[in-house]
Amino acid sequence: MKFNYRIIIFAVAIIFGITFSLPSILQTDKGAKITLGLDLQGGLHMLLGVKTDEAVVSRIKSLASSVKHFTDHNDILIDSLSVKESSVVFSLLDSDDTKSLSEFFKKIKGVKVDVKGENYTVSLTQEEIVKTKQQAVTQAIETIRNRLDQFGLAEPIVARQGEDKILVELPGIKTQEEEQRARELISRAAKLELMAVDEDRAARVNTMSRPEASSFGDVILPDAQHKEVKHLVKEIPILDGGMLTDARVGFDKNNRPVISFTLNSEGAQIFGDFTGKNVGNHLAIVLDGKVYSAPVINERIGGGSGQISGNYSVAEAQDLAIALRSGALLAPIYLMEKRSVGPSLGADSIRDSMMALTGGFVLVFGFMIVYYRMAGIIANIALVANLFLIIAIMALFGATLTLPGMAGIVLTVGMAVDSNVIISERIRELLYNGVSMKKAIKEGYSNAMRAILDANITTLIASVVLYAYGTGAIKGFAITISIGILASMLTAILGTHGIYDMLESRVEKSKNYLFWFGIKEK
Amino acid sequence: MEFFRYTRPFNFMGRSKIAIAISIILVLSSYAMLATKGLNYGIDFAGGTIVQVKYKGAAPIDKMREQLKSNPLYDGASITEFGSPQEVVIRMKTSSSSVGQDIGDVTRAALKGSGDFEIRRVDIVGPKVGSELREKGVMSLVLAILGILVYVAFRFEWRFAVASVAALVHDVSISLGAISLVGLDVNLDVLAAVLTILGYSLNDTIIVFDRIREGVVETKELELSEVINDSITRTLSRTTLTSLTTFFVVLTLFLFGGEIINAFSFTMLVGVVVGTYSSIFVASPILLWFGFDIKSYRAKLAEKEKRELEKEKMRAQYEGGVV
Repeated sequence: MKFNYRIIIFAVAIIFGITFSLPSILQTDKGAKITLGLDLQGGLHMLLGVKTDEAVVSRIKSLASSVKHFTDHNDILIDSLSVKESSVVFSLLDSDDTKSLSEFFKKIKGVKVDVKGENYTVSLTQEEIVKTKQQAVTQAIETIRNRLDQFGLAEPIVARQGEDKILVELPGIKTQEEEQRARELISRAAKLELMAVDEDRAARVNTMSRPEASSFGDVILPDAQHKEVKHLVKEIPILDGGMLTDARVGFDKNNRPVISFTLNSEGAQIFGDFTGKNVGNHLAIVLDGKVYSAPVINERIGGGSGQISGNYSVAEAQDLAIALRSGALLAPIYLMEKRSVGPSLGADSIRDSMMALTGGFVLVFGFMIVYYRMAGIIANIALVANLFLIIAIMALFGATLTLPGMAGIVLTVGMAVDSNVIISERIRELLYNGVSMKKAIKEGYSNAMRAILDANITTLIASVVLYAYGTGAIKGFAITISIGILASMLTAILGTHGIYDMLESRVEKSKNYLFWFGIKEK
Repeated sequence: MEFFRYTRPFNFMGRSKIAIAISIILVLSSYAMLATKGLNYGIDFAGGTIVQVKYKGAAPIDKMREQLKSNPLYDGASITEFGSPQEVVIRMKTSSSSVGQDIGDVTRAALKGSGDFEIRRVDIVGPKVGSELREKGVMSLVLAILGILVYVAFRFEWRFAVASVAALVHDVSISLGAISLVGLDVNLDVLAAVLTILGYSLNDTIIVFDRIREGVVETKELELSEVINDSITRTLSRTTLTSLTTFFVVLTLFLFGGEIINAFSFTMLVGVVVGTYSSIFVASPILLWFGFDIKSYRAKLAEKEKRELEKEKMRAQYEGGVV
């Protein structure tokens, strides 16, 4: 017997296909498996946008905070410090301090200082604005990832998409309650601010309008627990959550959950300085724009720790602590796209497409045997090998099987026999012309090859484009089609040829055209 | 079993005028359909919200409408049966951008008391994403066609490329017309189906073209229309068989694949039929009209072969040290 490299490659391909597709088919614990797309196993897919402009605004505000802290700390007298448009403005009262002030600004990166007489306008450079925006997205991804990790979900995906979008995929979500909790955890800005209450005007808060408050450099914030209560606080926070190092759930003396937080050394110093100077005044603890408590400062608080109390359940307090611990979102996020599929729908989709796959398979299988007899059986062997290969390759590459991907596999079944139809037709043609079976097989393959290659490559071009421009599920479809085409080249062209080579001596002896190729003698 | 045993070529080109007339009528009425009724963009491209609800028994659609009416969020929402009487889809043109608050929860609260139900799917696509997907969709169609054009021109000849692209445009137009006619929601899966049709129809065309190319080089026949007739007849059994197997499979997908895959399989069904037809009756006549000339093609091939030989000779001389 001649050395038949085709059948060896085909056999290797079949063994490879079966070995690596078994974990996916039998759902064993070991080995690489195909990941089911969210549309098949259920889960939550979200595309989030980041409002990067707001990151710039909050950067300006924290710039104002540091100006205030620096001048307070060094007894530099300034007046009418406020945030206007995208810059911090103030006026310097004593020109002797110009030098130390300019040294202070030199130390801060990415700011532009514009001095007109005693009037200062401090703003961010263009590069700094771009950087801040980018940082807001990067930091949001990091933050969301941290929060989801602590939430304890299986394999959450958090990835950047384009300039300012974030893709979040949570395959493990099973119930509506879980989904809701995950969404709340993600969306929570968790922006902690410690703000000074405007003691001089606080009494008038209920009659004050927002523009009026703004004219005093104040803002009106709602209370977190009592909707009707409002607080008047200084617009520029004393410090914000960026200086937070830890947040944990603790319990107060009534055994209600509270969140205790710890500040870093810089934050602790600012906090200590402020509380030292403001004994007897109120300090508002503000979370996500709501005042949680506004206790009176009894003494200087050193050590840099504090507490947020509210009417939480233990679970809520835990989620909040996770959110605070994993950092605030520099910029708010908003929903651009959301797709959530319940697990029962996913199961239905799998069942339906399996049914279509089996139905299509049986039809094509039967048809090929009836029409081509032995050649049909050989083509069917290639078809089965093709299916195993698709599953194996997808499992090894960690590709995701989506609903359109299932459709792609079903479609591959229909189209994969195409190569063998072309080859068999060529062989039949040669047989009609009186060529011997052995020669007909050889020439049939070589005649058909060019057409098959050209046809497959053009389909491949279409699916590569589909992959490059498609999103999510469509990408899955393009992947299965591409893998299907490549695998069918191996099985339907090389594999079947190898089988004929193996059967060569029998083919040569036989004169039974009907048995081999389903045709009557010429 | 044999369906099409080749005996003599059928005169396909003789009937090409009738076929082209049918094609023109179909394509024009598709465009008329698209211009008047238009495509029904689903939420993937237009933005909006879909909530899929499944009841234990038959869905009480009237009661649902009544209950949703009280919430202005559902103004203009359509509530339709989806696949089975138990399942219902609520479609809205609006989309919420709040991450924390969810239309699924709102719907569950709004439908409370209407029966035992489960919310199975909530899809929200914002307007910005929708328009981005639309741009990408058009882009991918154009790029796929361009890529194919370049490949076919490279492997065959420019006239083949133009003819195959004309056939593609023909197939895509008619498929879109059919989608518009039945008022299918055009979503990403329909786009995927259209791109698959592109690949499939081209597959068919290429197989026929390959035969024509072969015929042009090998037969003594100098009349192109005869070569085309012969080539189409010889590939007819393959075209029909592959189309049949694919058609079977897509049909099972259409019948048993479930409601979500329905739009995809419908589009594919139309595409398989139109694609098969066009590879026979649209692509080849165009080749004829563009004045593809056998003699000059053969001359070109001979020229090319001569150049190859010369190159080969030069290389041999160079390597042999003789210049």
